[in-house]
Amino acid sequence: MIPLVHQEVVKRHEWMDDDAFADVLAIGNTLPGPIASKMAGYIGFRVAGTFGAIIALIAVIVPVIFAMIALLGIYSRYGDQRWVQGMGQGIVPVVMVMMAQLTLDFFNKSRAGLGIIATLIMGVIAGGLIYGLGIHPGLVIGAILVAALLRPDPDAKRRRADVNKETTR
Amino acid sequence: MIYWQLFLAFFVPNIVGYGGGPAIIPLIENEVVGNYGWMTHQVFAETLALGNALPSPIATKMAGYIGYDVAGASGAMVAVLATVGPSLLLMLAALGTLYRYRNSIKVKSMSQWVRPVVMVLMAYLTWSFLREGMASSGLIHTLIIGAVAFGLLLKTRVHPALVVCFGLGYGALLLG
Repeated sequence: MIPLVHQEVVKRHEWMDDDAFADVLAIGNTLPGPIASKMAGYIGFRVAGTFGAIIALIAVIVPVIFAMIALLGIYSRYGDQRWVQGMGQGIVPVVMVMMAQLTLDFFNKSRAGLGIIATLIMGVIAGGLIYGLGIHPGLVIGAILVAALLRPDPDAKRRRADVNKETTR
Repeated sequence: MIYWQLFLAFFVPNIVGYGGGPAIIPLIENEVVGNYGWMTHQVFAETLALGNALPSPIATKMAGYIGYDVAGASGAMVAVLATVGPSLLLMLAALGTLYRYRNSIKVKSMSQWVRPVVMVLMAYLTWSFLREGMASSGLIHTLIIGAVAFGLLLKTRVHPALVVCFGLGYGALLLG
């Protein structure tokens, strides 16, 4: 999706250059929530103010929601037919596999970033807190986010180490 | 107050929604199916399947549809606003501050550290759908559909919409 937005915003309409677009993307990634709607809202705002933001957001979000409501509406109208109920049952294992695939994706990404041991330890602890003690997953994730923000800056430490090396020499 | 509940149900998952787009799915499921009981697992699975078959981000599609299902057009608006509003406003208001942190190692570690937790939530959701499938269609059908979907999604990389169609067709013919 992002390359397509880039094509429209940078190449076709020339609302911003490559560097500005890359900055907006990087800034968007510092915040939670879906990136497509953040990009649309922000670029819309830069190009044409509040109204532009609203238009861009509507263009990204609304058509697909109408499609969902229409399709699921038709589906539930025939919900008492046996074969339609069968369709609903048949979809559950497909979604199960999609979730399994996402689980695997997140495992692989996490392993690449943190290593397999940290991934498994964090996974087990999080699972115990959420499913064992019944703590809300939002709280667990929120605590981790705060910890990540408060961690000592590794760059600063390296800089300080460099300075110490200089002074002792 | 249903609108306030809808706002919270989508605000909380999105405000902690780091680690990539789909990270939001198990958090939304936790609110919609677990906390508030607006949907069964089965209906959530149907909504998610359709959402995966259509383009554009999954979070706003789910918010719009579930909001509409729970409280009509204004429900859809509240849920979508709770999804996109807070971080968009932050982005517009605090651009300068965020600009300084855009390549910060802390921000990168936020996404990284959250991933193992999301992995566990996803695994649990997979397990819920497995139980749901076995209860409604039995072990054999669940395994057959699951195996074909697995082969198609992981080995051939066909569009998810086609895999969804396979599940619908199989269900209509053999489970109806």
